Amino acid sequence: MLSIILKLIVAAVLAGTPLLFGALGEILTEKSGNTNLGVEGMMYMGAVSGIAGAFFYGKAAGGAPVGVVAVLIALVVSFLIGALGALIYAFLTITLRANQNVTGLTLTIFGTGFGNFFGDFIAKNAGGSLVVTDGVKAMFKGIAIPGLSKIPVLGTLLFNYNWMVYFAVIVAVVMAWFFKRSRVGLNLRAVGEDPATADAAGINVTRYKYVATVVGGGICGIGGMYISMVSQNGVWVFDCVSGYGWLAVALVIFATWDCNRAILVALVFGALKIMRLYVALPIPSQFYDMAPYIVTIIVLVITSMRESREHAQPKSCGTNYFREER
Amino acid sequence: MSSVKTEKKTPLIRMIKRDEITQKKTWMIRAVAILGALITGGILILCLGKNPLQAYSDMLRGAFGSKVLIQETVKQAIPLLITAIGISFAFKMKFWNIGAEGQVLVGAIGAGYWAFFYAATLPKIPLIILMIVTAMLFGGLYGLLPALCKAKWGTNETLFTLMLNYIALYIIKYLANGPWKAAGSSFPKMPMIHKGVRLSKVFGVHWGWIIALVLVVFASIYFNRTKQGYEIAVVGESNNTARYAGINVGKVFRRTMFLSGALAGIAGMLQVAGCDYTITERTAGGVGFTAITVAWLAHMNPYGMLGVAAFIAVLERGCNQIETTMAIPASVSDLLIGIILFFMLGCEFFINYRLVTRGGKEEQNA
Amino acid sequence: MEQYAIEMKGITKTFGKVIANHDVNLQLRKGEILALLGENGSGKTTLMNMLSGIYFPDHGSIKVNGTEVSIQSPKDAFDHGIGMIHQHFKLVDVLTAAENIVLGLKGGITIDRKSTNKKVKELGDKYGFDVDPAKKIYNMAVSEKQTVEILKVLYRGAEILILDEPTAVLTPQEVDKLFAVLRNMKEDGKSIIIITHKLHEVLSISDRVAILRKGEYIGTIETATANQSTLTEMMVGHAISLEIKHPEVEQGPEMLRVHDLTCLNSEKVKALDGVNFSAFGGEVLGIAGIAGSGQKELCEAIAGLYPITGGTVLFRQKKDGVEVMENIGGQDAQNIHKKGVSYVPMAFVPEDRLGMGLVASMDMVDNVMLRSYKDNKGFFVDRKPPKELSEKLIKDLEIVTPGVSTPVRRLSGGNVQKVLLGREISFGPDVLVVSYPVRGLDINSSYKIYDLLNEQKKKGVAVIFVGEDLDVLLEISDRILVMCGGKVSGIVNAKETTKEELGLYMIKVGGGKEEIA
Repeated sequence: MLSIILKLIVAAVLAGTPLLFGALGEILTEKSGNTNLGVEGMMYMGAVSGIAGAFFYGKAAGGAPVGVVAVLIALVVSFLIGALGALIYAFLTITLRANQNVTGLTLTIFGTGFGNFFGDFIAKNAGGSLVVTDGVKAMFKGIAIPGLSKIPVLGTLLFNYNWMVYFAVIVAVVMAWFFKRSRVGLNLRAVGEDPATADAAGINVTRYKYVATVVGGGICGIGGMYISMVSQNGVWVFDCVSGYGWLAVALVIFATWDCNRAILVALVFGALKIMRLYVALPIPSQFYDMAPYIVTIIVLVITSMRESREHAQPKSCGTNYFREER
Repeated sequence: MSSVKTEKKTPLIRMIKRDEITQKKTWMIRAVAILGALITGGILILCLGKNPLQAYSDMLRGAFGSKVLIQETVKQAIPLLITAIGISFAFKMKFWNIGAEGQVLVGAIGAGYWAFFYAATLPKIPLIILMIVTAMLFGGLYGLLPALCKAKWGTNETLFTLMLNYIALYIIKYLANGPWKAAGSSFPKMPMIHKGVRLSKVFGVHWGWIIALVLVVFASIYFNRTKQGYEIAVVGESNNTARYAGINVGKVFRRTMFLSGALAGIAGMLQVAGCDYTITERTAGGVGFTAITVAWLAHMNPYGMLGVAAFIAVLERGCNQIETTMAIPASVSDLLIGIILFFMLGCEFFINYRLVTRGGKEEQNA
Repeated sequence: MEQYAIEMKGITKTFGKVIANHDVNLQLRKGEILALLGENGSGKTTLMNMLSGIYFPDHGSIKVNGTEVSIQSPKDAFDHGIGMIHQHFKLVDVLTAAENIVLGLKGGITIDRKSTNKKVKELGDKYGFDVDPAKKIYNMAVSEKQTVEILKVLYRGAEILILDEPTAVLTPQEVDKLFAVLRNMKEDGKSIIIITHKLHEVLSISDRVAILRKGEYIGTIETATANQSTLTEMMVGHAISLEIKHPEVEQGPEMLRVHDLTCLNSEKVKALDGVNFSAFGGEVLGIAGIAGSGQKELCEAIAGLYPITGGTVLFRQKKDGVEVMENIGGQDAQNIHKKGVSYVPMAFVPEDRLGMGLVASMDMVDNVMLRSYKDNKGFFVDRKPPKELSEKLIKDLEIVTPGVSTPVRRLSGGNVQKVLLGREISFGPDVLVVSYPVRGLDINSSYKIYDLLNEQKKKGVAVIFVGEDLDVLLEISDRILVMCGGKVSGIVNAKETTKEELGLYMIKVGGGKEEIA
């Protein structure tokens, strides 16, 4: 029994990590007053570019790539391409003042096309499939942390994951600190709550919005890379992101825009995603798959019933700021 | 940007809101935007080592090259147009219904029920009517649910409708795996519907296109001439004004979202009975999302949506063509649609604002 | 040559076709209080926004302490020692006072909240402000928010302070306190510009006064040499009497009776608490109070737009030929929503004209039919009657518009208000509730609105006038009801009261059930 629970939790952590990346990226974006519904698209962009980066590096290295370099390349490229998607969004909504919802959706359409198109295209030219070398694959497998991983129960529970899991948690903790304690974080919150006030206080609203949105997109891109490198084990699979981005957007709401809470909620979502493999109930498997979406709706309704002033979406989300508007 | 150098007299470029703009200039700006998008797409194709001019001409051939191809293009445009009209009902009152994908799917399920189980027992005309009515009912109820919660608690409809898309998708997967699975198939898929319930063709395309055109006219009249259309417009502008005018905002939400979902449901029914002749996970195939941008780009004008939907259909058909002729994956269509939409969204800015450069001269865009 | 703290020369600023400022010159001496006077829409705020970096001028130059500068953002303004206290406070609700004050400042990576709070407190003590640095803005009263705004500017070391209509939201007593602080600051060597359109304030606080009219600079004079009528003439362009007419009308029957009315807001706090009063035909009942004392809720509750928790709202109705007071408000708020405002013999001009009273993007015809579009039978709207009414309103009220199909958003503030008030009056109401009807309007439009209201009074309508300018309320009203914290703290006869008395009622906590005189 214990071992099943352990396995469930470990699997939930692995399934929840890309959601956590996506949610963190979106939290950062929304804190600047932009609701970017393009998370799914940016994750696709990150997914394909991360794997492609490692793949082409492997080819250039003549089939004997250095694992660490491949990892760094995947990380940096997926971040940059995710950020590129966000940059398009930022330019359209911040500079050209296009509607945030529609632009975000368009980014999802674009990013999905981007991912699937380049995935297919590279696979086709590579003789059928886009796969990284075994050496690179190994870099994204779990690492048994010496000593600690041997502790009974806790070792399995905490010290046997791949590096990206720890990285995600670190990003979350750093972001939480950033919003609560740092000066720049305070300024960013002001921008998201009330850009006119932030502007009058001498904060460069445009720059803050751009940086937060673009970096947020980069984090989403890393989440996409997790899907292609860890979840799909270094093989490009058509339509691989399939809704993870949207779940990440929902996760932001449950986490009430709080990065620490996002870690916990990501775990719950991850558990819902993989539950059917571990808990056998007499219901068709599709209903398990539906669970995260149904739970999202339920929580959405419950949170809307009791409104809170501080644990809520930044107030200016959805509206663009123009100083000379009158 | 905000350096305090005195020699830097004025910002390089400033933007000023336009008061008015001529129709001609508006269209010029849009034309330039589309051209810019096509050039960007062309550069992309060029980077892949293919000839963009050939790609574009192949795409045109793919969409208009023969009578059959044109019919295919029209077929592609039908669900896009009907769904976009449905979405515009919700968007006109600033209700962000991005659940059309799911509403199309449940509409298809509603129609499929009769098509799968009553094709042998009922005559065609009542059967088709039952299919349409059930599809509208299913789609409508699916749209109504988030409206109920929004009216009562102010629940965020964007995510609610979005989640419903995936639930609809898994319902279809479930049906294809179990209760509605095709007899004797080893794959989880539904059977083909009986020939007797397939829609007949008018000018080579199932008569859904007539419905689509009727809906364009209907929507236009509804928005501009009826009390309900007026209420939608008031609610869309300000809930407070609506309350002030004695409009029951919740009721307008519910009624309009039911209509919005019902229209998407019709699109689902037409896909089943006129196009795919079965139901799969790809019955909606992203129509619900693309239709959102169709509605938006047309500024919720039904006649505008007709044009935009036709344009997107041409693009999608064209991309299928270049997959076979030029070995470019068909998913390039999403990429190209994305690029065109980006440009179209961006160009609205130049319709609403004009730029003033440092010398005080106005930049003449387009 | 004298070196000014600020010298603006030939400033021009346009918004689309609207010229907000044209060739304006302004000088601020060091260590003086300069009043910037002009009626609403004369371009005062726009001009000052160019000093604070919100707008950038199309033409002209700005010198600070003798050096020509380019102020492209609020940050530039701070760097030159200019700080502006905006009329609509620029504070982030969910942050504390201290957090708002240090917002956007340079400094360490993290914020030391303890020492910041201490510094803010010290600064407040220096100038005589009472402030709790750790208090969140959304828990603050209006005057506290203003204090935070001023501290924010001082904290940044501003030597030049601009205050935009700072007294509009304060009681007369609070105004005195603010003026004392301003004089303190002047002693401290600060240069201050105060934007206002109230003449007595100009005369009591300023050293010099600069006047704008319709975006043009008229001149600057020493306050000592000025009086009310010279200032009026400079401000309006011709000699006019600023007296508001007050026709004497015999009091009619009771048209509205509000009994023990209680409403809860969305946070379950009492927004209205046991409100009692009556309004009679042929009178103007003024309603005064600090912003947010329940005026908005009262108006909306009477109009059936705000859920009522307890008490009744009775209107005079004819039933079978007999006049009775009927409860149309009352407990059943849902029911009144169903009936809609237009079924009650009352008209309502809400304070948010374009966000509640009108639909900004629609044309005049569609706006005029807002409350009557259901009147005809059938599924379709009939635009003929509202079109005729629109044309009549344009003629009768001298509404300046390109035509009935121009979106009302494009009209000027005065014309927007005429459309709204015109529509409401056209129903022939028994009770007319107007909320801040002249806010933001120029003098001509304001007086036109006063005339229209007085006309209604003469017709025997009970006019309820919610206002912020006590001078205006004293002149136009027959009786004045003062609200404080959701309660009625007093109902007084306008002829027998003073501003100071009203001010005391405005902050009187726990006012109650005064009987109507």
